[in-house]
Amino acid sequence: MKRIIVCLKQAVDVSQLKVDPATRQLITAGAPRKISDFDKNALEEAVKIKEKLGGIEIFTLTVSTEDAKAVLREALAMGADKAYLVNDHALQGVDTSGTAYILAQAVKKIGEFDLILGGEASLDGFSGLVGSRLSELLLLPQITSVRKLSVEGEAVIAERALEDASETVKTKMPALVTVTREINQPRIPSLMMIMKASKKEIVTWTLADLNVQKEKITPKIEVIEALAPKMERKKIIIKGETVQEIAEKLARALIQEGIVGR
Amino acid sequence: MNGVSEHKGVWVFSEAYDLTLEMLGKGRELANTLHTELSTVLLGNNVQEKAGELIRYGADKVYVVDNPALGHFQAEPYLSVLHDLTERYRPEILLVGSTRNGKPLAARLAERLNTGCVPDCIRLSVDEGGRLIGERITYGGNAVAKIASKSKPQIATVPSRAFEKPSPKERTGQTVKLDVKIEPPKVEIVERKPLETSSVRVEEAEVIVSCGRGLEKKDDIALLEGLAEVLGGQVGCSRPLVEDRKWFSEWIGLSGHKVKPKLYIASGVSGVIQHVAGIRDSKVIVAINKDPEAPIFEIADYGVVGNLYEVLPALKEALKKLLQ
Repeated sequence: MKRIIVCLKQAVDVSQLKVDPATRQLITAGAPRKISDFDKNALEEAVKIKEKLGGIEIFTLTVSTEDAKAVLREALAMGADKAYLVNDHALQGVDTSGTAYILAQAVKKIGEFDLILGGEASLDGFSGLVGSRLSELLLLPQITSVRKLSVEGEAVIAERALEDASETVKTKMPALVTVTREINQPRIPSLMMIMKASKKEIVTWTLADLNVQKEKITPKIEVIEALAPKMERKKIIIKGETVQEIAEKLARALIQEGIVGR
Repeated sequence: MNGVSEHKGVWVFSEAYDLTLEMLGKGRELANTLHTELSTVLLGNNVQEKAGELIRYGADKVYVVDNPALGHFQAEPYLSVLHDLTERYRPEILLVGSTRNGKPLAARLAERLNTGCVPDCIRLSVDEGGRLIGERITYGGNAVAKIASKSKPQIATVPSRAFEKPSPKERTGQTVKLDVKIEPPKVEIVERKPLETSSVRVEEAEVIVSCGRGLEKKDDIALLEGLAEVLGGQVGCSRPLVEDRKWFSEWIGLSGHKVKPKLYIASGVSGVIQHVAGIRDSKVIVAINKDPEAPIFEIADYGVVGNLYEVLPALKEALKKLLQ
């Protein structure tokens, strides 16, 4: 095994998003961004495989804006050897199908690899489509929902968490694997690792470098609106002298709602 | 592809049978609006006898591919069959069950068909132009997005329990048995361990008593169980109790189980947006928290500012007394 490519998304940090209360629109411009959590787990897993087996290169691959270089430095500090950033003004409005196509072209340009790792879904969009689309474009076996991963010779063995079962599966590399957050706890890079990372290379490609024609990345979906949901709740705070009194008032309210008892 | 006009009909598919039935309910509604047929695809080994039931649940047509290679879900065999059928019959809408296996299946099918996919739709409708509009939770629960596909088939995935299972009726429909070339799987299943299902799935519970960081010790889960028992409900938790404390194996929230019980009691749960996104559709939400400023009170119908260690037992006693 020689090379792992980890696909990373620079995602909006959803825990810091603000909503305009008048319009219910999200204020995404200027919102803090970070490596999508699940992708960080994917990178951590790649670094663990490298530590175990040795002699492996880890490349990260991102389709984003110029400012993604900051998060790519973090990825390099965590243990990636080289980062690739696809940045082009034509990326505006690209959807998951376009992103997958660009990633596929970038992977082809990188050339050889054994494993592509990524998060199950992104923190912000949470679509979980890109990995699957990419596996089709590259004609790779795909393993999703992975919470345990190991490499044995030419094969990758993974434990998947399904709704009603846990499944252990095996496939021959090259393969594409997407991971859940249970798989590991991503490391926090030390100062030493951060300093070392500043010497590592970030390669920037444009769509022309990857021979991506505009019509190949035309969106296949249209987001009509994305608004903060309305929550219409009663918001009644139940008060009383004693906890028993409060509990009884609450119990009566629930019975009156017709949701407890018969 | 020669334009979009030749795509016709609404299709639903899931390898999970109950989810198929739920989608038949919604699919029937969409098909009626579009004055078109509702079809479903039945894949498996010796599954043909289920076709009649699918018709009773609303399907006009059931495409059956009965083959030992489809005995249990494997990505490439299922994908290749669905790809073949959707190319052959060209539905305008395809709903796929958003399970851990179904979601990547839908995404890969969308890629093969060179079309869009709107995942995890909690609401589905058809606009004046006949386009399918899917609504999904995004940005970590901060927003609900309305999304349309720009090409056909319009593929959307549907999580379990998003739509009600319809009541079966005696009605007529057509069963179409097909032979299809099946692609071999690229991934081998070495072992499959069913999860212990001593309890009902949390999605199925009518009442959920859940806890968050406010719970101090693992043993205190008994407090929640006591109340859940009186209410005929189940116990759940927020993510930190799984990720940080490892007291539970599964959580309720956007990235975990999305639930909509009749009653959701959140005790010691602060109410971060990701958790709220998982309980949003509950009928009644009760919040119990020491902190009067906790965001959970903003989305609760009834709130008690207090110590869960006092409130939960008192509520259990009060309910026992009143429900006798």
